Amino acid sequence: MAGKIIGKVGIPQDRFEIRLSGSGGQGMIFASVVLCEAIGRAGGKNVVQSQSYGPEARGGASKADIVVSTAEIYYPKAMKLDLLLAMTQEALDKYYPDLKDGGMLIVDSGLVTEVPTEKYYGVPFTRLAREEAGHIMVANVIALGAICALTDIVPLDILTDAVLARAPKGTEDRNKKALEIGYNEALKQKK
Amino acid sequence: MDRPTKRLLQGNGACVEGAIYAGMRFYAGYPITPSTEIAELCARQLPRIGGRFIQMEDEIASMAAIVGASVSGLKTMTATSGPGYSLMQENIGYAYMTETPCVIVNVQRGGPSTGLPTKVSQSDTMQARWGTHGDYNAIAVAPSSVGDTVPETIRAFNLAERFRTPVTLLLDEVIGHMREMVTLPQPGEYEVFNRVKPTARPEDFVPFELTPNLVSPMPAYREGYRYNVTGLTHDPMGFATNRADEIAVKLDKLTNKIDNFKEEIFKSRAEMMDDAEVAFVSYGSVSRATLQAASLARQAGFKVGSIQLYTIWPFDYDTIRKLCSRCRCVIVAELNMGQIVHEVEKALPENVEIQPMLRYDGEIITPEQLLARLEEVI
Repeated sequence: MAGKIIGKVGIPQDRFEIRLSGSGGQGMIFASVVLCEAIGRAGGKNVVQSQSYGPEARGGASKADIVVSTAEIYYPKAMKLDLLLAMTQEALDKYYPDLKDGGMLIVDSGLVTEVPTEKYYGVPFTRLAREEAGHIMVANVIALGAICALTDIVPLDILTDAVLARAPKGTEDRNKKALEIGYNEALKQKK
Repeated sequence: MDRPTKRLLQGNGACVEGAIYAGMRFYAGYPITPSTEIAELCARQLPRIGGRFIQMEDEIASMAAIVGASVSGLKTMTATSGPGYSLMQENIGYAYMTETPCVIVNVQRGGPSTGLPTKVSQSDTMQARWGTHGDYNAIAVAPSSVGDTVPETIRAFNLAERFRTPVTLLLDEVIGHMREMVTLPQPGEYEVFNRVKPTARPEDFVPFELTPNLVSPMPAYREGYRYNVTGLTHDPMGFATNRADEIAVKLDKLTNKIDNFKEEIFKSRAEMMDDAEVAFVSYGSVSRATLQAASLARQAGFKVGSIQLYTIWPFDYDTIRKLCSRCRCVIVAELNMGQIVHEVEKALPENVEIQPMLRYDGEIITPEQLLARLEEVI
């Protein structure tokens, strides 16, 4: 591949690339939209979200990419990930090679059993959703809380507003709680 | 309703915002991936602003409906993808012949046939020029981001209204579905062109009159002007003709009303081209990759530029030749088996090397691929 030029100048420094991956139905695309809206609300940065998914409504690999930059974002898809969230073993196996050296890896430690590195954050998002937040559906929002705690990509209050703006009526408390669970759980592990 | 002016939108959503800004008040369509969000949003938004949304039984009928509604005075649009665009072709030809303004959005996916519903492609580029039978001239516009889908959709409507012709807005699956923050335009921020209406008395009205710019004023059907609308080749009064002199005049009108304003219709974005020895030429979502690659190549010290085509048709050969006057090599990147590359070949002198950079496996061309090709030629 493009050894000479990429080797010489590298991926643009002002790009931060995030991939949220899992299986269809885990809400990765929803989470990516909320995260983008929060970054947009916070202001000062450009953001692009793109997604790919199979024809199935449930199951099958699902991923959403977010590129954040203070400059104009030319290429809208990820080139080398700064952050990979993997909610399933299949997603981790598929996308781990796209993570850059020193990039941040976050996995659902309840569903992912084999991680090819020791440098990662493991939070049992799905188990926490079921046992502490009251519904398995908010595992994605718990993951957003964790991303918020582990990066400086967006402040928690703005992310909370963005989640609540998209949450169906009657689920506001559960979603708010989910964000806090993820945030606090990840903070404990933050290096 | 108070809406924030900066919103996270998909390209398909930006298209609807642009269309409504331009005055579109009638949408007829048959939903198809990856264009479905356009139909959904039109169904939600048009009734709130006094417009009409109708889901037709198929794409042939959708196209017929937007021609009919346009003849009745409305700005009209439909959206589809490859399979539907093929079905629409007969009535798109009817719109060319009857000189009816309307906008057809094609959010491109892989083909032929039902092909790849969720995968990106740019393989309808030539269909946008030659899709229906007969001699005519075509306008096609292609944005490359969610942000510029708003003004480019407005431009598509302005061109349709100004030249009394169907205009194809070529999106692709990547632009249609990706999301970016968009600042929605305020009233007055962009020019909105409305078709020229006749000033003659109804009894003196010549519906397809040869005006200096070849575009005839167009009344709405409810405004008291009576005229015949037919797909048969017609005389200035709108009635079918077999007279050799009138036939050629009609076809010259269809072609020249656009050709005579080619420079004005053409729009491109040239970046880093002033001293470029190698240029990328691209359009649609691929331009995002070419800009990225050119910018990385510049950082590495190579004289590389990028030309993005916002207007695909009419193709402006002279402008491309001028922009590439210092180039020894031009890499044409597109998501098909080679369509616009042949137009670029026609535009450039023989001593310029032309490299097609083609991808047709349902994925977008990456900056890495472009740089790899670049390294072969520098």
